[in-house]
Amino acid sequence: MNVQFRAEPAASVSVKTAIADCDIHPARATPSELFPFLAKRWHQHLETYGKHPYQGMMEGPPYPKAQPNASRRDAYPPEGGPQGSSLSFMQKQLLDPYNVALGVLNPLATGQGLRNQDLAGAICAAINDWQIEKWTSKDSRLKGSIVVANEDGLSAAAEIRKRAGDRNFVQVLLLSRNVEPLGQRRYWPIYEAAQEIGLPIGVHAFGFGGNPITASGWPSFYIEEMVGHSQCQQTALASLVLEGVFERYPKLKMVMIEAGFGWAPSLGWRLDKNFDRLRSEVPHLKRRPSEYIRDHIWWTTQPMEDPERRDHLFELIEWIGWDKLLFATDYPHWDFDEPSRVLPAGVSDANKQAFYLDNAKKLYGIS
Amino acid sequence: MTSPIAGGVDCDLHPAVPHLTSLLPYMNDYWRDQVTTRGMVDLISQSYPTNSPISARPDWRPAQGKPGSSLADMQKQALDPFRVSFGICNPLYGVQMVFSEDMQDAFCRALNDWLVKEWLDKDARLRGSIVIPTQSVEKSVAEIERCAKDKRFVQVLMLVMGDMPLGKRAYWPIYAAAERLGLPIGIHAGSAYHNPPTSVGWGSYHVEDYVAQAQAFQTQMTSLIVEGVFARHPNLKMVMLESGFTWLPSYLWRLHKFWRGVRMETPWVDRAPLEIVRSNIRFSLQPVDAPPDPTTLNRLFDHMQSDELLLFSTDYPHWQFDGEEVLPAGISPDLVRKIMIDNPHATYTRLKQSVQA
Repeated sequence: MNVQFRAEPAASVSVKTAIADCDIHPARATPSELFPFLAKRWHQHLETYGKHPYQGMMEGPPYPKAQPNASRRDAYPPEGGPQGSSLSFMQKQLLDPYNVALGVLNPLATGQGLRNQDLAGAICAAINDWQIEKWTSKDSRLKGSIVVANEDGLSAAAEIRKRAGDRNFVQVLLLSRNVEPLGQRRYWPIYEAAQEIGLPIGVHAFGFGGNPITASGWPSFYIEEMVGHSQCQQTALASLVLEGVFERYPKLKMVMIEAGFGWAPSLGWRLDKNFDRLRSEVPHLKRRPSEYIRDHIWWTTQPMEDPERRDHLFELIEWIGWDKLLFATDYPHWDFDEPSRVLPAGVSDANKQAFYLDNAKKLYGIS
Repeated sequence: MTSPIAGGVDCDLHPAVPHLTSLLPYMNDYWRDQVTTRGMVDLISQSYPTNSPISARPDWRPAQGKPGSSLADMQKQALDPFRVSFGICNPLYGVQMVFSEDMQDAFCRALNDWLVKEWLDKDARLRGSIVIPTQSVEKSVAEIERCAKDKRFVQVLMLVMGDMPLGKRAYWPIYAAAERLGLPIGIHAGSAYHNPPTSVGWGSYHVEDYVAQAQAFQTQMTSLIVEGVFARHPNLKMVMLESGFTWLPSYLWRLHKFWRGVRMETPWVDRAPLEIVRSNIRFSLQPVDAPPDPTTLNRLFDHMQSDELLLFSTDYPHWQFDGEEVLPAGISPDLVRKIMIDNPHATYTRLKQSVQA
C-alpha cells in the first residue's frame, strides 16, 4: 500500500453502486489560503510564532510520514499544491470514478491541539468557513465537519452552536489524542452542544495533547504511531464510556474514524468484565459498557483490518454489527482503501448496501 | 466448565510483601537506615489497591493482611486445588515506582532475596521471577546475573508501563542477558506511573486504568517487534502476564497491515509480526476477557491461529474467575493439556532443569 506499482486509469476502477466516503482530507493549496477567513492579527501571529502546538516540531509531524504529506504520490493536483488541495482533481480522482454520493470532509492540521486557545478558536472558525467556501458550496456531494478548539470547551460549544442548522456540516470533529482522555468534563460542553444541534461527534485518530503517545513513553517509529492510533482510540472510548458521557448525553452519537474497528468487541468484553467487578466505583453507569458502545458508536472502515483468513473478518463484523460500519477511503492519504477491494466475496447485498452507503446516510441525515 | 488436569504450571501467582519493613532483613545497613530514618511507607501500587475487588477473590481474601501474603493460603487456595506441579511467583510489590535507581536496585535485590527465603525455600513447587531495577540497565543485568545462579528463578519480570517503550535499544542488554541465561522476559500488567497510565493522559478511575493495561500491552508488543528485539534475540521468549488475549487477533491484523505498508522504515524486522508472535511471545490465560459463551471464545481461539500461545494461570489472588472455573468452558482436552503443561514447559525451559546448581 505504500508504493504504487502501476498507474490505474480512474475509469477502470469505477463501481456502479453509489458509495459514501466518510473520511476525506481536504488540504489548503498554500498556508495563506486560510487568511481571508482569519482576522489580520492572526496572520501576523502565525507568521511570527507559528501554531505553538503540544509538540516540539515547528514544521511537519514528530514522526515523519511514509510519504510526503502522508499522501498518495499520484494525488498531486496538476495545477500544483499538495494532495487533496484541488476540488476539481478530487472530483476527477475520487468523487466521480468511485461514484461517491456523500463525501465527509475531515480537515486535519487545523486549530486543534494548539496551546493558545484564542488562536485555536480563530483557526477552527476559519477552517469551517473555508470548508463551505472552497468545498461544500461547490460540490453538493461534499459535507463538512465542524472543527473546534478542543481544549476550550466553552469556545468550542459556541462554534458548534454558531453552525446549528447549517447543512454544509454533518458532524463535529475531534481528534483522539488530547490533553486529557475524551470523557473528561472539560470536553462535556462540546458534547452538550453537539447533542443540542443534532450532529454526531467524529473522533479521528491523531492529535497531540502533551502526553507521550504510549503509556510507557514515546516510541521510535512512524509505524508505532500508526498502529498505536487504535490503542489511543480504545482508551479515549473507554474514557467516554466510563465517565458516563452517554448517560449524560443519551442522544449523542460518535464515530471512531481511522483507528480500526477490529478492537471494538474485545474492548467491550474487557470493559464489561471489569465493570462487573468494579461497578461500585462508577455508580453513574446504568448499563454495561458494551451496551453504550453498541448504541452510540459507529466506525469508519479504513484502514480495514486484514486477517489472513477472510471468514475471520466476517465474524468480527458480525460481533460489531453490519449497521455500524461506515466505508471510508482516507483520500488522499497513502493508505487509501479501494472500495471495490475491501470486502471479500460472500457479503449479502443488504449488508453491502449498508456498509457502503446507507449507514452513513442514516447517521448523517442525508436523504 | 472445563476441568483442570493435574501436573500443570501456574504461570502467574502473586505472593504479597506484607510491608516494606518485611524487606528490611534483606537490605544492607545503609538502606535499612534510610527506610527507617526517613519513615518510608509501604510501596502499594495504584494498579492494585489492596481492597479493590480485582485485587483478591472474595473467598481468597484473608481476615487480615494483604491478599497473597500467606504461603499456607496460596497452597490451600491455588497450588493444591489446581494440582499444579509448578507455580511461578511474580511479585507485584511497587518497587518500580521509585525514582532513584539506587533505591530501586536495593529494593529489587531485597525483594528477590525475600522471595527465595520466604517462598521458594518453603514449597518445592514454587519458582520465581527476577524483579529488576529497570531505571538502570547496568544494575538490571547485574541483578539478573546474580539471581540466575539459582535455577528456581525461571523468568525476568518487567512491568508493561515504565519509563520507555520496551523495545528501545537501551534495554537490549537486559534481553541479551535473559536470552543467554535461558530466562523468558515476563511483562506484567502494572505501571511505574512515570508516565500517564494511558496514551491519552490520566483517566479518573481505577477500572479505567485496569482496562487500559490491554492497550499498554499492545503498544509494547509493537515496540518490541518493530525495534527488532526478536531479530537480534531469536531465542528470547516473552510472556505477557495478566494481559488478556482476546485483543490479540485484531491487533495483529492491524500491525501486519502496517508492517506490509511501511516495512521500509524498520527493514531489520525480517519476519512477519504474526510469525514473530507465534515463535517468541506467549500470554497468560487469566484474565479471559470474553463473553461466557463457548462459541465466541472458540471462534477467538480460531482467530489466534495457534494453540501454543496460552499459558495456564490463576492470577492468584486476583479476582478473575470464580470457583474452580479457571479454564473457560468448552475447550478441548488437547488444548487443556497444551495450555496447562506443554506450552509452559516449552516456554520456561528451566522448569525441567535440576534446581541443584
